[in-house]
Amino acid sequence: MYSEDNLIPISALQHVLFCERQYALIHLEQIWEENQFTAEGKVLHERVDAEHHESRRLFRQEYGMAVRSLEQGLIGKCDLVELWYTDGGGVKRVSPVEFKRGREKESDVDRIQLCAQALCLEEMFKTAIESGQLYYLQEHRRVDVILGGELREKTQNLTERIRAIQQAGKTPAAEYEMRKCDRCSLVDICMPKTSGTASKKVDRFIQTQLRLMKNGDGENEEAS
Amino acid sequence: MRKLLNTLYVSSQGSYLQKEGETVVVEREKQRVLQLPIHTIGGIVCFGNVLCSPFLLGFCAERDVSVSFLSEHGRFLASVRGPVSGNVLLRRRQYRMADDDESTRRIASQVISGKLANCRIVMNRTIRDHAAKVDALALKAASEAIDRIIDRIPRAKSSDEIRGFEGQAAAEYFKVLNHLIIEQKNDFIFTERNRRPPLDEVNALLSFMYTLLAHDVRSALETVGLDPAVGFLHRDRPGRPGLALDIMEEFRPVIADRLVLSLINRRQITKKGFSKAANGAVTMDDATRKTVLTEYQSRKQDTVYHPYIEETVPIGLLFFIQANLMAHHIRGDIDGYPPFFWR
Repeated sequence: MYSEDNLIPISALQHVLFCERQYALIHLEQIWEENQFTAEGKVLHERVDAEHHESRRLFRQEYGMAVRSLEQGLIGKCDLVELWYTDGGGVKRVSPVEFKRGREKESDVDRIQLCAQALCLEEMFKTAIESGQLYYLQEHRRVDVILGGELREKTQNLTERIRAIQQAGKTPAAEYEMRKCDRCSLVDICMPKTSGTASKKVDRFIQTQLRLMKNGDGENEEAS
Repeated sequence: MRKLLNTLYVSSQGSYLQKEGETVVVEREKQRVLQLPIHTIGGIVCFGNVLCSPFLLGFCAERDVSVSFLSEHGRFLASVRGPVSGNVLLRRRQYRMADDDESTRRIASQVISGKLANCRIVMNRTIRDHAAKVDALALKAASEAIDRIIDRIPRAKSSDEIRGFEGQAAAEYFKVLNHLIIEQKNDFIFTERNRRPPLDEVNALLSFMYTLLAHDVRSALETVGLDPAVGFLHRDRPGRPGLALDIMEEFRPVIADRLVLSLINRRQITKKGFSKAANGAVTMDDATRKTVLTEYQSRKQDTVYHPYIEETVPIGLLFFIQANLMAHHIRGDIDGYPPFFWR
């Protein structure tokens, strides 16, 4: 069991899955840069984040529900939770729905996020959740996600990985990967080309610059 | 690259700044004179009697917009910041490194290598472009003297030794700074560096520029989560932004000094724009101050090649890049602090 002040935000799971350094920059270094993708995501979520609900007699939709699990050590917010009730007023079925800006992805990133929400809901409602849904805005459709053992295991492993990085308190080194880095909102802060594995020796850089200055004094700039 | 944000300089006395929705509104004599969306502003600098509503200050803190208050003549008074943010672990490493002699010596030597190289660039360019009009021999001698100091930096055994080199180089540089003034030579004469108060027009201009530079470097450091007060070359002193002053060193000659020289050499400012008090203190008038501010803003939009990150970037972003490189070094991503070399 984890204490309330030692919970990992569910959003961290996506970050660490995308890139461990990105996770550390956001959650350890507390840096946040907006780019097109994050801004679009925010606008979408502003619509669903505000806590509100809609209900019929035996069915209820809760938007922006805050959830947590002390057993998993997770905390977060569900875009939408759908609840089915029995005639007696008990909860029959609980299902999280997560809204996504783009299209369905190959990777598990969205399914893992949904699974983490489900783990929290299971603890809070003391019930088993077999499936949830992802709603893809661009495709206007909901996709069922079965919350099987393998997905649960992946989610828990990722949570453990996050705890390990957190405890080490050290931001992992950068590794430049064009496909990833060029669409990352933190690229200017991360500087993957000039730090980490690809880093240049600073003293050698300085000696080179001093030599260039002595030999040419920089011919490519006009004086004023 | 990150968007280059503007600094809003408010120098009209009696201005009142307030928040309206997502914008900053500037009023003067109850008249609205300016309204800017917050996301276009990187910092606000208020000169003299300028008021800001508490809600605007809170809004700026939330959006990482630094707000500084300076006296009418550009002396730093205070800055307002929100809750301390950023990585506490990074700041702890910064303090540990500042306490460690070897780390301090290394960073100090890297900072000073950058500064001295940039000093030489300023002098050498003048020799190259205006050889006939200036005392090229004096400039050349100073430039070579600084070069000999550069060669000695790697062998320095302590950061005190490096501070000594910095002092010697500054003496050589300021000794010939007057030779870099090509136009209006009788109106603008520099003999020595003095600050409290500045006793001539050139010193008044230099001090003002250094204050602006310090504001920008300081807010860049706060953005990346470093403590601007704890430096390596500059030792701790209450109220002094040591790390901001460290990182400023490499920018002084190529940004501040060059801007001052070109304002004089292009006759954008004249001696008439200054007044001398009975005690000898020289201050500039509002129009001159405005010219300096406008020119500095426009300089920040110019681009320059950054040899370490190998990209061409706006000058205004250099502060942020260098602050970020310092954070990278402290975090252990790179094995030293690469200063900015003007090319």
